[in-house]
Formats: sequence, C-alpha cells, structure tokens
Amino acid sequence: MTGTPPLGPGDPPVADGGVGLPEVGGAVDELGAGAFSRSRRGRLLRSQRGAVVTSTASTLVVLGAIVVAFLLAPGSRAVRATYFNAHDMWRAFIGDPHEGFYSVGRGLVVNIEMFTIGEVLILVLALLVALVRQSKSPVLFPLRMIAVAYVDFFRGVPLILVILAIGFGLPALYLPVVSSQSAFVYGVLALVLAYSAYVSEVYRAGLNSVPLSQIASARSLGLRPRTAMRHVVLPQAVRTIIPPLLNDFISLQKDTALVAVLGAVIEANRAAEIYSSTVFNYSGYTVAALLFLLLTIPLARFTDHLIARDRTRRLAGAT
Amino acid sequence: MIRPAAGTAAARPAAARTAAAAGTSQAETAPGSAGSGAAAAAGTSQAETAPGSAGSGAAAAGTSQAAPAAGTALRIEGVRKAFGANCVLKGVDLAVDTHQVICLIGASGSGKSTLLRCVDLLEAIDAGRVVFFGHDVTSPAVDEILVRRQMGMVFQSFNLFPHLRVLRNITLAPVKALGMTAADAEGEAMALLARFGLADKARDYPDRLSGGQQQRVAIIRALAMHPKLMLLDEVTSALDPELVGEVLDVIRELAAGGMTMLIATHEMGFARETATRVVFLEDGVIVEEGPPSQVLDAPQDERTRRFLGRVLSAGRM
Ligand SMILES: Nc1ncnc2c1ncn2[C@@H]1O[C@H](COP(=O)(O)OP(=O)(O)OP(=O)(O)O)[C@@H](O)[C@H]1O
Ligand SMILES: [Mg+2]
Repeated sequence: MTGTPPLGPGDPPVADGGVGLPEVGGAVDELGAGAFSRSRRGRLLRSQRGAVVTSTASTLVVLGAIVVAFLLAPGSRAVRATYFNAHDMWRAFIGDPHEGFYSVGRGLVVNIEMFTIGEVLILVLALLVALVRQSKSPVLFPLRMIAVAYVDFFRGVPLILVILAIGFGLPALYLPVVSSQSAFVYGVLALVLAYSAYVSEVYRAGLNSVPLSQIASARSLGLRPRTAMRHVVLPQAVRTIIPPLLNDFISLQKDTALVAVLGAVIEANRAAEIYSSTVFNYSGYTVAALLFLLLTIPLARFTDHLIARDRTRRLAGAT
Repeated sequence: MIRPAAGTAAARPAAARTAAAAGTSQAETAPGSAGSGAAAAAGTSQAETAPGSAGSGAAAAGTSQAAPAAGTALRIEGVRKAFGANCVLKGVDLAVDTHQVICLIGASGSGKSTLLRCVDLLEAIDAGRVVFFGHDVTSPAVDEILVRRQMGMVFQSFNLFPHLRVLRNITLAPVKALGMTAADAEGEAMALLARFGLADKARDYPDRLSGGQQQRVAIIRALAMHPKLMLLDEVTSALDPELVGEVLDVIRELAAGGMTMLIATHEMGFARETATRVVFLEDGVIVEEGPPSQVLDAPQDERTRRFLGRVLSAGRM
C-alpha cells in the first residue's frame, strides 16, 4: 500500500500532467475538483445574499429620493396641506352631515355593495354570453350575432361613457320602471354591462383551453352536450380562468368609483368629492385612494397566490 | 378467471347483464328482439331508477327497421369520410359478430382512428351506413347520444377527466346519462376497480396514476356503461413498454368474457393471440382481412406483406 510510489504507475501522471495534456488537465481540474465543493456553493450563496442587500439598498435609495424630492419641492408644503392633512383626512373619513359632507368610509361600503352585487351578476351574464358565442346550433345564430355585437360594443366604449349614458340616458327616456331606478342601480347596471363583455371573453378563453379530446371522451360516454359542458368542460375551464377573472374584479373594485359621476350615489369617491368642494381640501381623495388600495391589494396578493399554485400544479402534472 | 365482460361483481342485475353480454340465445334466434332485448337487459338497474332514459334508449334503437343478421353486432357498409380534400375512408365494409374481437391494423394515417370515430358517431360520415345490432345508426332519425351509450370507446391518450377522482370519472356517465343512483353506480364502479386491481385508486385524481393505471381506469369507465361493443383506439400506444402488458391483460380478460370489440392496434403479437379476425386497412380501404394466422403469417396482398415487413423490421412483431 505504502509501497506504491516507487512502482511505475506513480510516475506517469506527473509526466503526463507536465508534458502531455496540460490544457486538458487544467480543464478537468476546474470542473472536477473545484466545481461542486462547498466553498464554491458557499460563495454563490454569499454572492446571492450580497445581491439581495444591494437591491434592497438601491430600492430604499430610490424611494428615499422620491420622498426627499417630494418634501423639497417648492409646492410641497401646499400639496401636503391639501392632500395629506391628517386632520382633514380623518374628518373626511368619518364625515359630518352638519357641515354638509359625508363619510368617505361609509361611502366605501356603497362601493363594496356595488361590486359584490355586480360581480355576481357579471359572472352569470358573462357566462351566458360566452356560452351563446361558443354554441354551434344554427338556431342560435341571431343570438350569437347579438352576443358578438354586445361584446364588441362594450369592450370598445370607455366605461365612464357607459355610466353616463345609462345613468342619465335611461331616466331621460321616461319609461315605466326602467327610468325610475336609483342611481345606484344604474351604476351597477353600467358596470355589469361593461364588465360582462370583458369577462365573457375570459370565459371563452377558458372554455377553449379545454382539450377537444376531453369533449370527445365525454361525448363517447353518451353525455348530452349540456351535461358534458356542465360536468366536464366548465369545471376545467373555471380552474384556468380564476386568476384572470380575479384580475378583472380588481379593476371592477376600483372602477366602482366612477359611478361618482352620477352624483346621486354617495360612494367613497363621491363623498371625497363633496368633502373637497365643501372644505376646499383634497385629503378626502387620499382617504378614498387608501381605502381602495386596502381592498384591492389583498385580492391582488390572493390572485398571485392562485397563479403560483396553479403553476406548481401544472409543473407537477407535466412530469 | 372470473366471467368478465359485463358480468360485474355487482349483485342483483348481474345475471341479466351477463346474459346480455354473452348474447343470449334468444337474441340470436329471434333477431328482431336482439337489439332492444339486450339493451333492456343491459339497462336493468337504471330502468328501475329512471325508466325514462334507459327505456327510451332501447325504444329509440328499437324503432328502426329490419331485423339484423343473427349475431351481427356491427356492420359497416360502404363508409366514406373525407376531411376537406383529404379522403380518409374510401368505402369501408366490415362486419363484426357478437363476441368477436376484430383487430384493425394499418400504417399511421391509414384511417383506423377515423373509422372507430365514425362508428362511435363522433364523426359524421359522408356516405354509407353503420348498422348497430340491426339498426342503421347513421340515419338522421337516430339520437346518436343513445347509440353512444351502448358503445364504449377508449382512446390512445386515456382522456380521463383530470378534475374528477377516479371513482367519479367512472360513475359520471352512468349517473348523468343512465340515471343510475350514485350509490348503485359507485357500487359497480368499485366492483370493476377491484376486479382490475385498482380499488385503492378510487379516491385518487387521475394524474396520480401511472399511464397503465389511467388506461385501465379509462377502460373501466367505458365498461361501466355496459356497452354492447367496445372500440379501442391504440390504447397502449401512449404507454411505456413495461406498462403495456397490464392494459393488454385487461383486454384479454374482456375478450375471454365474450365482449365484442373492434380494436385498432400496433401490437401484432396481441392481435395474433386475441383477434378473431385481423383487418388490414391501407389508404382508406380494407386491403385484406381474415384469421390472424392468415393475415399476419400468410398475407395474400402485396401491400399487407409490405406493411408487415416494415413492422417486422421495426421490431414490433
Ligand atoms: N379531424 C380531422 N381533421 C382533418 N383531418 C383529419 C382529422 N382526423 C384525421 N384526419 C386525417 O385523416 C387521416 C387518417 O387519420 P387517422 O387518425 O384515422 O389515422 P390512423 O390510422 O388512426 O393513424 P395512427 O396510427 O397514426 O393513429 C390522416 O391523414 C389525418 O391527418
Ligand atoms: Mg389513430
């Protein structure tokens, strides 16, 4: 064992390394010996940690610069007094009917009502529109055309115009029932009409994402088209559309603020508007913005979570 | 082995069903009643719970014309099918008697899948007829959904419903299409799963199963409808070689139990051993058909010889 050095095999490698294949020896050394040693991995980890520190620091610097620029701006004091006055923000939040303005916080409850009612109606109407557009029956051809026109129209027209047209247009018609609803109803109606057009497209994308082989197999089992849609296609489609659907609902949550243009609905944005015109201070808008963020950010994080979960599941399924 | 085919371990209607699957003697002697009689027998359990669906199935099938030739499960007559300018089936004639196992062989693109899909009425044919137990099921008056309920189709890619557990994959159609109660359907499904060694997978989602297990579940899912004819489209082609055997075993067991089957396959060894007849399809026509020993070992037609030569050199025989 210890007697190997004097034997032949001990020498050649030295000679080879020195004379024969220096560059190969070098390459092997670089990959073979050092590559996976702990020290190298430790170095990688350390450099990763370094990157995190660097990026955090640079983020803080940028944010700090923005804050400093804001504070040092010539009009900073005035802006802070008009938009970020703590006293006004609080007054706008709780409201004071005697002073002639409403609570932005209470107004937000109206927004929440609008989008919860709206979301349910949108889910139903959008599904109907999507199913009509997906249908193949010649009997449904006219309905299909109407659905196409509906989606094209409401996706193309700015939401604010839809709200104005419905909120002021329908009452102006002096029709029974239709013209005598509250502005709240018109607001929700406008949101539902506009958003159902978007959401029906989301549904359609989801329905089309279900492989044809699934439909063939449902048919071969003797399921009626409606049963196949309900038990085979829709459940699979819904799974893929939940994230994009939630994205649309995040938009819907904030777009409920647009109903303020109808004036008669005292939702958060409208309350802020009244506050600002009563007190000549815009802090009410800041309160409304903060409250909306409080609503939309959790939903946004939840959507991210679902997308991540879906992704891991799909990756797991792919193996 | 146990009597397979439709003779499930499920208690009560088993006798009636076995009779149906085994093609009762009266079905062969009194052809007029064959279709509806077998349908009624196959539908025993659901007829009790939802007479409407099962009964109407038999009735609808029974309204069509003439008596079939004795024991003929399926007759394909001059079937043509084109996709645009691509003529895939150019007049195919083929008869399948009850309890026969017909293996369709042919090169990729020769139209095997298309033929099976036409039989299952998943594709509309351009010309010809498909006669199923004496009834022209390609006539416009026939409700194709009722026909599909009596044929079981299994696909190359399994096509299990990924959002449903194995048990629910199997019971969905019996419950939703035949109107069986969930309890009855589950009882039968569990019996079938147990028979094919998959009882412990009942609560799993399909993606937890191996390919072979998924394909066996797909076969069970088709069997749960008590089909009178099984259509298998290259059911082992998507499987790793070591998983092929377990699926072929299931099909052998069905064959031994008297199930009538039309099988598109590339497994020549399996065809030789299981098929009553082998049918060689090329370019949309049947070139040669006969007992496996004849078609596979002493092919008459030059095209068959060439195809088998290619298969042989690819080591698939
Ligand atoms: N839905 C369809 N639309 C257009 N062409 C099709 C369609 N289905 C099949 N074809 C064409 O029909 C021909 C026959 O296809 P088919 O799937 O029946 O062959 P096959 O014998 O099953 O082949 P394989 O062994 O590869 O499964 C092919 O040329 C294919 O491109
Ligand atoms: Mg095929």
